[in-house]
Formats: sequence, structure tokens, C-alpha cells
Amino acid sequence: MKNERVTLIFSAERYGIPITYHLVKDFDLRINILKAEITPGEEGYLLLDLEGSEENLENALQFLRKENIKVRTANKQIVLDKDACVHCGACTAVCFSQAMVMNPATWEVEFHSEKCIVCGLCIDACPTLSIRKGYSSPTDDE
Amino acid sequence: MSKKSYEEINCKIQKGEAVVMTAEEVLALVAEQGVKKAAQKVDVVTTGTFGPMCSSGAFLNFGHSDPPIRMNKVWLNDVPAYAGIAAVDAYIGATEYSETRPNYGGAHVIEELIAGNDVRLKAVSYGTDCYPRKEIETMINKDSLNESFLFNPRNAYQNYAAATNSTNKILHTYMGVLLPKFGNITYSTAGQLSPLLNDPYLRTIGIGTRIFLGGTEGYVAWNGTQHNPSKPRNDKGIPLTPAATLSLVGDLKAMSPQYIRAAVYKNYGISLFVGLGIPIPILDEEMMNFVSIRDEDISTTIFDYGVAERSRPALKTVTYAQLRSGLVELNGKKIRTAPLSSLFKARDIAQTLKERIQTGQFLLSSPVAPLPSSAKINPLEIKE
Repeated sequence: MKNERVTLIFSAERYGIPITYHLVKDFDLRINILKAEITPGEEGYLLLDLEGSEENLENALQFLRKENIKVRTANKQIVLDKDACVHCGACTAVCFSQAMVMNPATWEVEFHSEKCIVCGLCIDACPTLSIRKGYSSPTDDE
Repeated sequence: MSKKSYEEINCKIQKGEAVVMTAEEVLALVAEQGVKKAAQKVDVVTTGTFGPMCSSGAFLNFGHSDPPIRMNKVWLNDVPAYAGIAAVDAYIGATEYSETRPNYGGAHVIEELIAGNDVRLKAVSYGTDCYPRKEIETMINKDSLNESFLFNPRNAYQNYAAATNSTNKILHTYMGVLLPKFGNITYSTAGQLSPLLNDPYLRTIGIGTRIFLGGTEGYVAWNGTQHNPSKPRNDKGIPLTPAATLSLVGDLKAMSPQYIRAAVYKNYGISLFVGLGIPIPILDEEMMNFVSIRDEDISTTIFDYGVAERSRPALKTVTYAQLRSGLVELNGKKIRTAPLSSLFKARDIAQTLKERIQTGQFLLSSPVAPLPSSAKINPLEIKE
């Protein structure tokens, strides 16, 4: 079994496709929707954790691409350098998935990677340049 | 009403008997025992803040080369420093940009010097009879420098505005990244722990006040630029908008990178996180009353930074308790808030200063002269 975290980006014309239905029924994947945002008439995105056999995962990603859905594999993750961070909180101002949050007791910045959609806004917001995009393999972490 | 003098308090500090609390710790004591008892019990209350303070920089003296040079233009790691003073003196301003390296500026040079790193010095001159050398390029560090001291023309703003953005586009400002359509609100003070909010009329803070600056002892040199204690105040005496400021000085060589850090605000510029703490002597009940302010007693105004004018529209007055809660209602919508100054570090500073006073390493000083208690800020008019 293999895990993959992907962001699916689709244009307004692709809303008609029951994506998650196909991923489950046709490719036997376990899916976990982490984040979804659809603005009517504009682009939408879906952040998913996919779990299944390597072959099924590969076929599912091919299917999505054939349907003109942009697939961004989120093997690049946000990395917070805790030693360089001064816990000012500037990153939390832009993190709408609430992955970067202030601990209300200690007022330290906490990073919840499972909520992160790797949008990268926090990288630009961090005044001490303590946040970067790094590579990590979810299977290696287990 | 019992009163204590600076001398009495210092005497207790020297004997290791002073009762010192941080401006947060003292709140529980006041709530439990009242102002009068707390004033008798506590000698010093420590404050702290760690925020981006653009109006900062350092005076450096490089020493004389042989043959000597009257430095006309100076660069430190390719960041221009102001050399329009004596031959080998310069001022490196925190916000000055590197001419070659992105996201690097005067604040980074200051941080590197404090950390003990080598910094490349380049200087040119026209050459004079007594200073014949016309250019120099060498490495310096804090040990090779003669004097090097931070001299920050405006730090410690007493209160500061909160920011939001009404426009349809993302704004990169000194108040951080402001998301479109009122997507967030940012604010920048240590609130109830903030130095000048704990002595709102600057009764104990004046010229010569010994402070914690960047990890070492520093001093209040003067009022800061744009010092304006004449701003409207609430019933606790707390200014509702940015008011008093301080000009601070301290020895760069004795500072720690833990308490002075460079900051980069994308598409805005460079700034410097300055860690500063001020001890407030509890001379009497009035001082205890001042330091017992809470985030719910301190208000600020949310301004629309989407309007790029001198007078930005004021949208709402809120308390720091509301801002700290993480959500503030604006136009019937709950909007997420985020700080820009580090309360985590501010607490560390107040705690560290407390320990230094408790162990007799840090004595209080009474001001040599008070700071102006009223002022008027002139705008810059554009004249033909």
C-alpha cells in the first residue's frame, strides 16, 4: 500500500465530474479530503490523502490528468525551522488552512503539517526566513 | 500610603531581597490582594517586547588603517552605511538594502556582528593630505571594531495600530501580509507586557533609564522620533493610538542574537526585531495601579491599509484581549487576527530581566530628566 498527498486543481468546467466517486469505485483508493475550496465560476482545489496499491494510485493519477484536472503531488512540504523562528506570528496571518497557529498558552508558533495545503504564503510572510519548502516522502516518515 | 525610593529598591536588589515580578505575573497578585497590598509587597515589575522596529541602527568605529583613510562611502557586506561623520565612523541603518544580495540588509549586518561573524568592509575616499588612502577592503568583526553601539532613534512604540485590507488584492506591508477583502487583521505589541503601556505617563521612564536591550544593559537616550504623548487616552490613561516612543542606546558587542534579529518583509523591506525590557519600580500605589493593566484595558484602532494615504480610515476600536482571542468581528464578519511581535520572546525578556534584578546583576536608575509630556507631530507638506 502506498500513500500520496495530492492537490487537485480544476477549472469551473470540470465541476461535473464526481472525482471522489471515481477514485473510490474505479481505483479502489481510500481517500481523505483534507481541504476543499471551490469558488463558483472560478478555479477549485481539493487536497486529498490517497491510499491504495501503487498500480491503482498511478492509474488514478493518469485518469485525473486525462480529465484535465491538474494534479500537484504534495511531496514538497512546508518545513518550519524551529530554531530560527522567533514566534512572531506573521505566518499565522496568511495561513487559511490553520496549519500555522499560535499556541494560545505559550504563544509559540505551532505547525500542523496534516492541515497544510503547501500554498507557500507563509514562506513569503516569515520575516526571519525560517519557513521553506522541503522534500519529504510520507512513506519514509512512517 | 507607603512609598519607596529608587535607593531603597536598589538596596534590596543588592541584598538579593527585592521582590520582582513580570507585568503578567503581577496581575494575579493584584487580583487576589488588591493594589495597595501588592504595592507594599512588590518592588519591581519587569516588562518586555520583541517586535520589528525599523528605526534602529548601529554606530561603528573601524579603527585606522595604515596609511589611513577618511572613509567617504562605506559598505558592510555590500550594504551601504552612512559615512558622513568622522574618518572611520559610520552608521549602519537596519532598513538599508544590500546592493547585491536579495533579502539582506543593515539588520542582517547588525545581527552578524552581534553573532561574532566576519563582515566585509569596503570604503572609498577622495584622499586628503592627512588621509591619503583612497580605498580599502577588509574583514571586520565585533572584536576588531572599536566602539559599536546600537543607537535606535525610535523604539518601544507605546501602542500601535492594527491593520487590515479592504482591497481585492494581497498587500505586502510592514504590518505583514494583508489578505484581500478583510482577510485578516494584524497587530504588533506585547499588550499588557509592553514597556510603555505599563507606565503610561512615563513617570519612571526618562533620559538615563537603564533598560534591557538586545540581551544586555542599555539606556534611554532621549525621547524617540515621532514621540507624541498628547494622543487621546482611555480611562486607564492608555493612549488609544501610537503615542510615546524612546530613543535607545546599548553596546552591540554585549548583545545576543537571541534578542536582536533581522527581519524581512517581502515587497516592503528590511527591519530589525529588537528585544527590549524595562523595569518599572513600584514607588507607590499609583505605579502598581499602572502596571496592573490587562489586555482588556488596552485598546487600539484597526486601520484600513488598503487606503494608501497619510490618514488611513479607522475602522474599529478593539482591545488587545479581543485581538489575542484570534477573531475580531468587523462589518458583521469574524476576521482572523495575527500578531507580528513575539509575545513568546517578550515573556522571555521580562523573565530574564526579572532574574537579573533578583540576583543583583541589574540595578534600577532614576531618570536624569523626564521625556516631553506633550508634543505635536508635524506632517510633511509639499511646497513649491
